[in-house]
Amino acid sequence: MSPADALTQPALWPLSMIVFLPALVAAVLALPIIPKGREELIRWVALATTVVVFVLSLWMAWPTLFGAVGPAQFTIGEAGMQGVVKKPWIPAFNIDYLLGVDGISMPLVVLTTFLSVLACAASWPITKHVKAYHVLFLLLETGMLGVFVSLDFFLFYVFWEVMLLPMYFLIGIWGGPRREYAAIKFFLYTLFGSVLMLLAILMLYFTSDLRMLSPEQLVASHVVSPALDAASRADAVAAIAAAQSPIHTFNLLALAQLGQLPKSPFAAVSLWGMSLEIWAFLLLLIGFVIKVPVVPVHTWLPDAHVEAPTPISMILAGVLLKLGGYGILRICYPICPGAGLSLAWLVCGLGVVSMVYGAFAALAQKDFKRMVAYSSVSHMGYVMLGLGVWSAVAGNEFRWDAWAQGVNGAMFQMLAHGISSAGMFFMVGVLYDRVHHRNLEEFGGIFNRMPVYSGLAVAVFFAGLGLPGLCGFIGEVLVTLSSWNYSRTLAVISAFTVILTAAYILWAIQRVYLGAEYKGPHGDHLTPMTGRELAIATPLVFLAILFGVAPQLIFNYVTPSVNRQVETLADWTRDVGSKAAQPVAGGPPAADVTSR
Amino acid sequence: MDLGSLLTSTLTDTLEVSLPLFRVELALSATIVLVLLCRMLPVLRWLDSALVALGGVAFALWYAWSDLRGLPGSPWPAVVAATHPASQELFGGLLIFDSLTAYIRFLLAGFLVLYILFTKISGIPDREDGADFYTLVLGSSLGMCLMASANHLLMIFMAVEMASVPSYALAGMLKGRKASSEAALKYAVYGAGAAGVMLYGISLLAGVLGTCHLPSMAAELGRIVGDGADSFYVADSAGPIMVLTLGGLMMAVGLAFKLSAVPFHFWCPDVFEGAAAEVGAFLSVASKAAAVALAVRVAFGLGWLGDAADASAAGLADVRHFLVYLIGLMAAVTCTLGNLGAYGQTNMKRLLAYSTIAHAGYLLLGVAAAVAMLGVDPEGCRKAVTALAFYLGTYLFMNLGAFAIVAVLRNRLRSEEIAAYAGLVRSNPGMVVAAGAVLVSLVGLPPLAGFVSKFLIFSSLVEAITKGIERPLMLVLLVIGGLNTVISLFYYLRVLKVMTFDPPPEDRVAAPAPVWLPGALVTAVVVPVVLLGIFWSGLYAYAQLAGTFAS
Repeated sequence: MSPADALTQPALWPLSMIVFLPALVAAVLALPIIPKGREELIRWVALATTVVVFVLSLWMAWPTLFGAVGPAQFTIGEAGMQGVVKKPWIPAFNIDYLLGVDGISMPLVVLTTFLSVLACAASWPITKHVKAYHVLFLLLETGMLGVFVSLDFFLFYVFWEVMLLPMYFLIGIWGGPRREYAAIKFFLYTLFGSVLMLLAILMLYFTSDLRMLSPEQLVASHVVSPALDAASRADAVAAIAAAQSPIHTFNLLALAQLGQLPKSPFAAVSLWGMSLEIWAFLLLLIGFVIKVPVVPVHTWLPDAHVEAPTPISMILAGVLLKLGGYGILRICYPICPGAGLSLAWLVCGLGVVSMVYGAFAALAQKDFKRMVAYSSVSHMGYVMLGLGVWSAVAGNEFRWDAWAQGVNGAMFQMLAHGISSAGMFFMVGVLYDRVHHRNLEEFGGIFNRMPVYSGLAVAVFFAGLGLPGLCGFIGEVLVTLSSWNYSRTLAVISAFTVILTAAYILWAIQRVYLGAEYKGPHGDHLTPMTGRELAIATPLVFLAILFGVAPQLIFNYVTPSVNRQVETLADWTRDVGSKAAQPVAGGPPAADVTSR
Repeated sequence: MDLGSLLTSTLTDTLEVSLPLFRVELALSATIVLVLLCRMLPVLRWLDSALVALGGVAFALWYAWSDLRGLPGSPWPAVVAATHPASQELFGGLLIFDSLTAYIRFLLAGFLVLYILFTKISGIPDREDGADFYTLVLGSSLGMCLMASANHLLMIFMAVEMASVPSYALAGMLKGRKASSEAALKYAVYGAGAAGVMLYGISLLAGVLGTCHLPSMAAELGRIVGDGADSFYVADSAGPIMVLTLGGLMMAVGLAFKLSAVPFHFWCPDVFEGAAAEVGAFLSVASKAAAVALAVRVAFGLGWLGDAADASAAGLADVRHFLVYLIGLMAAVTCTLGNLGAYGQTNMKRLLAYSTIAHAGYLLLGVAAAVAMLGVDPEGCRKAVTALAFYLGTYLFMNLGAFAIVAVLRNRLRSEEIAAYAGLVRSNPGMVVAAGAVLVSLVGLPPLAGFVSKFLIFSSLVEAITKGIERPLMLVLLVIGGLNTVISLFYYLRVLKVMTFDPPPEDRVAAPAPVWLPGALVTAVVVPVVLLGIFWSGLYAYAQLAGTFAS
């Protein structure tokens, strides 16, 4: 990393620090520097780290807040990849250390760093093995942030897997009574998904061929760095064009360009009667929907959420679930558009099924935390539906605005759910820390005993419910509206699910907070919220209201990138996808295809 | 050629060509003699045989290193001025020196250095047994070096026996322990059976093909299979292929025994459990590397003859097809049964034995991919061999680390049961972190070395699939490999679970043992497991060098 790199790649240090600072601090904490008995110091160091990372990410994401607009900072309203960092990592496989952010990943990065601060602050009640806890927590943060900023599929996969082990231990050591079962279940489910993803990654890698891309596309996808001068760019492009054998790539942007070519190399290979594109899409989709999770593969989630300690539940619901949605949006659709078009019904159907099933399951729960966990399944169903509504088809004259509305809504829903679900889990945790049970039947009358807490909690739960004016509303309404253009049945079902959502949340509020008197165990422990707890809950409530009344704060980031991707894919549908029924004759590599 | 010129040419060949490329083996032999001398002569009694062995092995490592560096295409400039030819038959074709030989010999010598340090620190063997132990280890390693370079059926048999016989004695090193003696006996009987079958297979092959020299065998094999020609030695036209198949299968028995591949793996758990952890480390790492190299040697030697395009090439394609299915089947069964067998284990060494079996299966997946692409897609074939070489390189650290941890914990806890490790994280957090890195690397999760190895093996399979080479089989193997990764997670994690989640037993009496030396040893072995998972370009360049012989 020479000084020259810092000039051509201004985001090299900021972005790398955002990702790796937690891991570095974790490594230092792991060394026997801090003596035993100084747990408080470890907590403060970890919290300071998460705060620094949060401020760094905010510095990148919100330049005006910090005055000086450096070249590494994010330009709001620009659709393309920004702050791209590229260093060769494993040249033998064309693997790069390739990072970058756009309007889709930047808000998710900030959400992650923000929730990490809150979760770290919420970790104060953890008294068992404080050092190990914080080391694992910081490693987890590195893994999550790495996934959101990686633009190299190999790097993405590495970060994706790096999250698993810390999470396993965080649930397994600091969790509830059935923690071991929950931890191994989480690990096995996710690992199964990731192995399938690895197979898809390898298939895409070995069928990719950079020679099929035009010079403009090579530069646009950062295979040839745009930071180079024109002459060296031309040399690099010529070197690729002159190669004798296919040049494979893990570059996500280049893979997307290849996938959207009229003669996509991924559609040309067929295995057992289906094109490789469909196989890859399905394998990746399974890997991602396990994380989301959608209904047939969701059963790890209630166990993991319920058994995990409060801060880890916040991270699980707030960030980890978003990784699945992010993966579908960033990887599945752009790289395998043909499969995305023909399997849109699958994605939407899974979304609606989880939505309804999750809501009914939440209604049936007796355990407060389990109810919140199922509400996550239901809410993430909206994300799936919003991502899947591929309504830019022939019957619709390839108009993409409704679809873009859905994807924007899904993105908003992901961010809003990140705030509201983390808030809900925290609120449940506050109560659990006091009375040590979560049985919905044994609550009641909390409002009288803890008025401030109850007010904040009800606000957060209303945000989860999707009350207009709070953050949960915007995403749900956009998704529901947009799905009308795709399938009226699904739109009607998803609109009616809102009633179910209202039912389980209102019923829970009624059983927990309302009522005359608390009659459950440990009633004398119902003390008011501490300052620390207030400091965690207030920002969440504030953001839930803020994003409810000013959604453009998020849309300013999200919409340009989402719209561009959707528009590109809509044009692809018009030019390529709708004609895919006719067999595409194999021909020479379409190196002359101009950039879209 | 008269007798005189024959003698002269043999002498020239031996002295000027063969011996300079045989220095590693010579160094090992000299070390063995030296270790024995030190034991016999009263003057030299004071010398610690471990140090003598270490010195000799260091020489061997240096020679192996310069041989590897002297190869054409070496990633770093050669230290010695003289460069070797890419491929050179030694001793009139009995052995072959090429990139695979050089790489495996370097791996073995490097392993021996670490291994002797490890045994010195862990305390088995004690001073009294040292000379015996190191003689046996070095003798076995000598056989393994020959396995990696064998080019002739006779040498293959000799090398396998030379590697095996000392191992039988090593398995019984813990004198007076019933389990140890049982392990040695079981190993010896099983080994003798396998050797007998293999020898029978060798004689069938040699009898039909009329030669023991692998390339000459391949030429004859291609002719017989390709043209359906009669063997010169067997008159019946249906006969040769039947006999050849039988001979090949019987020879595979011997190789499978060395690889501990299913169904010839039964010795492995018993031997690992009965023998000391130190012996387990030797058998699981060194023996495995040599056996994989030999499997590659035999499959490549019998299945390919260079780019000659004639009828025999078509015949050899049939041979390869047969070999791919044979190896692939064995790989699938081996990794599945190895992983399933590991589930119920309560003894750590036994669990590692099944883990070794499973990893033999993963390695065989790579061998299958390499043989599938042999001659069809030279670049893919080279990559597959590279993947194997890389796998062996990382496997060395992973398994040496695993057994080192078992040995260090045995010295502390006086037990090798998994249950005895309960709650270890409270007293030995560093050791648990090291164990975590090793075990998770054995599962194959990033960012650890085991992931890269698996990634490379899988990518060779996918490469074959996308190129349409043996597609159905490769797909099945890929899926089986992937599923095995998932199911293997459970039992490796169970060990970590016991170490971290479970409360420590109340009656634990940890033996007072020095901490820093074993700690340094484990660190030295485990740190590469992490580093090779992140910065693997360097080792990959050397693995690529090892793969060049396949072109």
